[in-house]
Amino acid sequence: MADPILTAPILTARAVTAGYVTGLPILREVSIDVAEASVTVIIGPNGAGKSTLIKAIAGLVPVSSGAITLGGTDITNIAPHAMAAHAMAYVPQTDNIFRSLTIRENLELALRRAGSARKARLDKLYDMFPPLAQKRDEKAGALSGGQRQFLAVANALAVNPRLVLMDEPSAGLSPKAAQEVLGMARDLTRDGVTILLVEQNVTQALKLADHCYILAEGRNQVDGKAADLLGDPVVADIYLGGKRVRATT
Amino acid sequence: MIQSLLDGILVGAIYSLGAIGLTMVMHMLRFANFSHAELLSVGAYCALVFDRLFEGLLPVIANNIGPLSLTWALLLAMLVSMGVTGLTAMAIDRLIFRRVRERGVPQSMVFASFGVALVIRNVIGLIFGLSPTFYSNDIAFAMILSQDPLILVKPDQVFVLIAALICMGILHLVLSRTTFGYALRAVAENPSLAQVNGIRLKAIIAAVWLIGGGLAAAAGVLYGLTNQITPLMGNDLLLPVFAATIAGGIGSVYGAVAGGFLVGIAANLAMLVVPSGYSPSFPFLIILVVLMVRPNGLLGEERT
Amino acid sequence: MIGVLSYLVFFATMASILAIAVLGLNLQWGNTGLFNGGVAAFFGMGAYVTLILGGLPQPDRLGGFALPYLLALLGGGAGAGLLAWVVGRCTLHLRHDYLAIATFGIAITFENVARNASWLTGGAQGLRGFEKPLQDTFGAGLSYNAGFLAFVLCVLALVYLFLERLVASPFGRLLRGIREDETAARSLGKAPARIRLTAFVTGAVILGLSGGLFATFYGFVSPQDVLPILTFQIWAMLIVGGSGNNLGAIIGTVLVWAAWTLSGWALSRFAPLDMQLYTGSIQYILIGSVIVAMLFWRPQGLFPERLLISRPARSRGTTSGQTGSTDT
Ligand SMILES: Nc1ncnc2c1ncn2[C@@H]1O[C@H](COP(=O)(O)OP(=O)(O)OP(=O)(O)O)[C@@H](O)[C@H]1O
Ligand SMILES: [Mg+2]
Repeated sequence: MADPILTAPILTARAVTAGYVTGLPILREVSIDVAEASVTVIIGPNGAGKSTLIKAIAGLVPVSSGAITLGGTDITNIAPHAMAAHAMAYVPQTDNIFRSLTIRENLELALRRAGSARKARLDKLYDMFPPLAQKRDEKAGALSGGQRQFLAVANALAVNPRLVLMDEPSAGLSPKAAQEVLGMARDLTRDGVTILLVEQNVTQALKLADHCYILAEGRNQVDGKAADLLGDPVVADIYLGGKRVRATT
Repeated sequence: MIQSLLDGILVGAIYSLGAIGLTMVMHMLRFANFSHAELLSVGAYCALVFDRLFEGLLPVIANNIGPLSLTWALLLAMLVSMGVTGLTAMAIDRLIFRRVRERGVPQSMVFASFGVALVIRNVIGLIFGLSPTFYSNDIAFAMILSQDPLILVKPDQVFVLIAALICMGILHLVLSRTTFGYALRAVAENPSLAQVNGIRLKAIIAAVWLIGGGLAAAAGVLYGLTNQITPLMGNDLLLPVFAATIAGGIGSVYGAVAGGFLVGIAANLAMLVVPSGYSPSFPFLIILVVLMVRPNGLLGEERT
Repeated sequence: MIGVLSYLVFFATMASILAIAVLGLNLQWGNTGLFNGGVAAFFGMGAYVTLILGGLPQPDRLGGFALPYLLALLGGGAGAGLLAWVVGRCTLHLRHDYLAIATFGIAITFENVARNASWLTGGAQGLRGFEKPLQDTFGAGLSYNAGFLAFVLCVLALVYLFLERLVASPFGRLLRGIREDETAARSLGKAPARIRLTAFVTGAVILGLSGGLFATFYGFVSPQDVLPILTFQIWAMLIVGGSGNNLGAIIGTVLVWAAWTLSGWALSRFAPLDMQLYTGSIQYILIGSVIVAMLFWRPQGLFPERLLISRPARSRGTTSGQTGSTDT
């Protein structure tokens, strides 16, 4: 897999300070680089600011200083609805599908700008996620947890993104479903999609990811190749020693 | 009895049209819009103006359509009025509600709508006078549907029902068949996710006002056709429309339709046992009963 | 000279009566954030109940119990409180829209019942047959009116002092706490619905007292006195004065009442004859515009609430509203 240090990163965040309330920064000068077609994972304790970082990149949390670029273009503080125009998609941790719409309606809504290609791309998404094709006319609220995550990812893929931001896609899923969702994230990189994800599921995430950043208290702590961190005794002690690993995993 | 049921359905259709817009606005912008019913008055008077204008310009279309007292000119005027009223609703939001909203105190919205209602109602009174008017001075004769029991229906009432159902049918098709409709429903369910998915909230909110205003105008014209047009009609229709919205469940378009018919029928049936002077109070009783029995309405979802 | 004096007494009496009502509304809206769209109903309930309890027996009507005046007046307040309790029980645990709609509905219903239930309310003719209290002692005319003004001012002062103490008490802090951040209040183990109900009913009792005084002043009440415009007037007074601030509310009352009477007088004096019919409409437009304009230019009123607590809840609401964050 590509090493972020060697290839030019597709996404960069430089000394980003951001927060929900002015004067109360949650992130302090956080910097990350994400290599193209890689999986980069962000881990860290609860409240570290992982979700906040993802949301700052997506334009959902105002950035007060620092800069974010995607493919060389400055995307600091973009309007959330402009994400698609930058070929970027964000999958929130919860409430990430429209439950009152059917699966087909969810996908068609996501594909609404696809024009004449809509039909073909809808079929392609159904091919990627066969369970969704089966239940296409059911309300999305009736899906199981894993299927919901698939639908959320399918919605995100509808805009043909270069970059997909995922916030804890495996949270609350059965181990098998979690494995499937994370595996799918890996598969997407083969088509050139870049994945930045937040995970609580540290061991699994480190096994799957190329690169890893550890945040705590809104600051960069450690970063490195995922495989290296997996073997790192300090990281293992802090995050893999059982203390920080959620019981659900 | 059957006559009351019939009358209830007819007036219920008008309540439904008014309630659809109100329920969407109340759900998406999260405030009880006391000025919504004034859009019915705006629509009714706007159609009156265009009706006279079209009749003046093109006397040919001043003829009645079949047995209706409705003329082609008025039908055209109604369509124009729906557009104009929708745009008016958008403009009011731009000029007033949006600014209040951006100041961030949610309850102020209710309050602003109170003031807006008062201003619209009285400006209409100033322009058009306080006395009732009619689209047509012809006396509309009722058709006898049955002699025993005696059931009477005016052709105009049949038109009202059909026109209301057509409006609702079109809205249903938009909501269930077009991506624009999906976007409306998506914003109603989860605005922040909708935004993340590239939907512009401002555009959707504008669309909601446009649709709500248009349907309110249709309701106003249809009400004016079967009753009379007065500056106070919005004031009189506000409570039944609110009752329909609450009965259907705030945020549910189909609930609003059902709620409108429910309120219309219940109020007309109640008049069989209670003196008709009390009819303005029925919607309030319906609201209380709904809140006690089923606070989220027939089709609404729980919300805090 | 006597004419001017009489007028001043009349003006001051009406302003004081309305000020009491505005104080009642201030407890509901200013301190607790409860929207009451049916002020006229609670005011009217106080007026009607006072006259029914305190009036002389009438042949064709229930009521006219000739109770001692103060008892009748308190009964009026209690009647309004009861009405508020019923509405509040149904709506205060729901989102705030429902209270707004239900109170608006009760105002329409109250006026409608007052107009129709002639066996109780005298119907459209209104309630007559009320002997003003202590008329024998003070006689009619200016001296009586001056004495009544003194009484109304006493009630106003009592209500004012009561509310000031209430607002400064722990209960008052609780009210503001719930107004600013209901979730936080609930997480502290408080039952917001109960506390709001208490505040709503208390405010309604004060509105009812004000209505009772109004009915006493005229010795008469009719459905014309409980029209929705009364609700708008009282709202405008509170908003101009500054919701949350009792003294501001009183000053706002005087200002708006002066503006209202002055505009009415000017319109009847200077408007062309064919416009006379529309002076009401013009005044209503003015009131509506005052409400909207205040929201734009000075939402906190001329005399803003003196902040006793910090209010982070509001500023946070603004920011997250703009950013529309998803995962919280
Ligand atoms: N909408 C919000 N408004 C204000 N503060 C917030 C908001 N969301 C989160 N915070 C605060 O920001 C800090 C970081 O939260 P964030 O959600 O980014 O943490 P996280 O690392 O994703 O934690 P978790 O593992 O629990 O998801 C926390 O202190 C939290 O209280
Ligand atoms: Mg998180």
